[in-house]
Amino acid sequence: MARVEIENITKRYGHLEVVHGVSACIEDGEFVILVGPSGCGKSTLLRMIAGLEHISDGTISIDGEVVNDVAPKDRNIAMVFQNYALYPHMTVAQNMAFSLKLSGLGKDETRDKVGNAARILGLEKLLDRYPGQLSGGQRQRVAMGRAIVRDPEVFLFDEPLSNLDAKLRVQMRAEIKSLHQRLKTTTIYVTHDQVEAMTMADRIVVMRDGLIEQVGSPLDLYDEPANLFVAGFIGSPTMNFIEGAMEADIFRGTGGIECHSNLPAAFHGALVAGIRPDKIKLGKSGGPFEVLVVEPTGAETQVVVQSGDLQLVALVQGRVTYRPGESVGVTLDETAVHFFDARTEQRIEHLDRNLGSVSRQ
Amino acid sequence: MSKPSLYFSNSQVTAVRLIWMTVAAILALMTVFPLLWMVSIAFKGAQESFSPALLPSAPTWSNFVYVLTEVPFIRYMLNSLFVSVTVTVVALFFHSMAGYALARLRFPGRELIFLAIFSTLLVSLPVVIVPLFIIVRAMGMLNTYGGIIIPSIFNAFGIFLLRQYYLSLPREIEEAAVMDGAGYWRIYWSVILPLSKPILSALAILFFLANWNAFLWPLTVASDQKFWVVQVGIANFKSEYSAAWNYMLAASTIVAIPTLVLFLVFQRQIMDSIKTSGLK
Repeated sequence: MARVEIENITKRYGHLEVVHGVSACIEDGEFVILVGPSGCGKSTLLRMIAGLEHISDGTISIDGEVVNDVAPKDRNIAMVFQNYALYPHMTVAQNMAFSLKLSGLGKDETRDKVGNAARILGLEKLLDRYPGQLSGGQRQRVAMGRAIVRDPEVFLFDEPLSNLDAKLRVQMRAEIKSLHQRLKTTTIYVTHDQVEAMTMADRIVVMRDGLIEQVGSPLDLYDEPANLFVAGFIGSPTMNFIEGAMEADIFRGTGGIECHSNLPAAFHGALVAGIRPDKIKLGKSGGPFEVLVVEPTGAETQVVVQSGDLQLVALVQGRVTYRPGESVGVTLDETAVHFFDARTEQRIEHLDRNLGSVSRQ
Repeated sequence: MSKPSLYFSNSQVTAVRLIWMTVAAILALMTVFPLLWMVSIAFKGAQESFSPALLPSAPTWSNFVYVLTEVPFIRYMLNSLFVSVTVTVVALFFHSMAGYALARLRFPGRELIFLAIFSTLLVSLPVVIVPLFIIVRAMGMLNTYGGIIIPSIFNAFGIFLLRQYYLSLPREIEEAAVMDGAGYWRIYWSVILPLSKPILSALAILFFLANWNAFLWPLTVASDQKFWVVQVGIANFKSEYSAAWNYMLAASTIVAIPTLVLFLVFQRQIMDSIKTSGLK
């Protein structure tokens, strides 16, 4: 186990800079997820930690030692790839034993370690199979086994679940999490799926365009997003945004939305109000909003409503009787509204705590 | 085949199928007939060899006996076998290394080197045979196996095909090997080479056949009968003033047998190799 420190990391391909001086610290035994849309630099960052990409600037240290110029095999890390990257011509056992064989470990010890990893992952019966004879989930497990046998200080996962079907993904998510709880190995995990990030991580690092937008625990990010991007990225269905401005102590947004708030006059410029779908209440029929789509999922129902240019998604517990085309009223839970500066996109944060009526806490 | 077509009526399908089969049958006949003719003459006596009958009037083994006993034909065949196998094995080893280097390693001038190799595909052997001969002579390799084998090893086609194949391999597998602690050589030997089995076997068949059938270069470089390969041996039945066609075609029949066996054994791989290379 080890602490991973990333200091001012920059990655350039020729003149194109894709990671702009990123710093973060992953504590010993922590499960940290790098999340962001594709092209945000999260995989590049992971590959620099792995040693598969050259670091243009800055330092990465593992367990206190700067590893910029250390070969991947000497960094004491193991990586699980998106497409599993198993060796097709080797059996499951050979796949897992390959790194041990290269490090010159004896046969008996190798067999023990492979057997141990296979037991942890439930692969004992598959040891003599070839990757081509395995299902996606089994291949994923073998890829993890290949990482476990090395007993590394840091696990790196590069979108390991993105090739699995939805059901298997949920199952593997739980498996990876319980594996981490058992082994307590520092883990850095890259994904573009915010649900994976929310459900698995101790801490989430949200990235966009080669920069870190926010770092925090899943619920911190959900409750106190630093800016519009994080607010929109974390949470499903995504947060609703309403453009508008303060008039006296009332926020007036597009679509005729009104909401009481006592933001001080200093913040009375152009604003964006953000509200989670589950904090929107749909009223009885006859309001200014028109129901567009009703998506029941059983326990809860997603209702998309529109008024003018403004579209809102409301998440309603249980079942609803709304029909598309029906008109409804909408009320916001005023204590759950976040305000963002429309120009800087930053959340007007400190105000939350001072102003009871706006605060969510 | 028995499934009814979704897009065309049955009568259309039958008509088209008939046309295709007729065309295929004519083409097949055009290809096979000369071979039948070869076998036919191989069993005919010297006087009969120009008779238009496909079936010999008095079939005889004497041509084969002559070829195998009066001429060191067994020796030619062993020479051919040795040359073909050596060229194939050595060429595949070097080609796969070159292909991998050109596909994956980064070094200055890589594209230039690849272009230079690739451009040799545009030049056929007869064009360069004189300078090649001069070089081989200067190296003192006339009338040696080395002289026959070494110039045949370089082949832009194999390098090109392997490079394209390696480019199509997922990079992640190599990266996984890097993480597992493998160096370049280990990745090549333990991961890349086993993964190239299908394309290597396809190339092996193509190379073997090409060298088994090679004529011009072995003829040029080895005048000593000890080093003759089969194709040179066959051509030698044709002297300046006459040609012993019955012997020549008996020898050709013998030479065709190994390739035929090879084809029967590796039918599927050969079809695959022709499909992947898009040649022949």
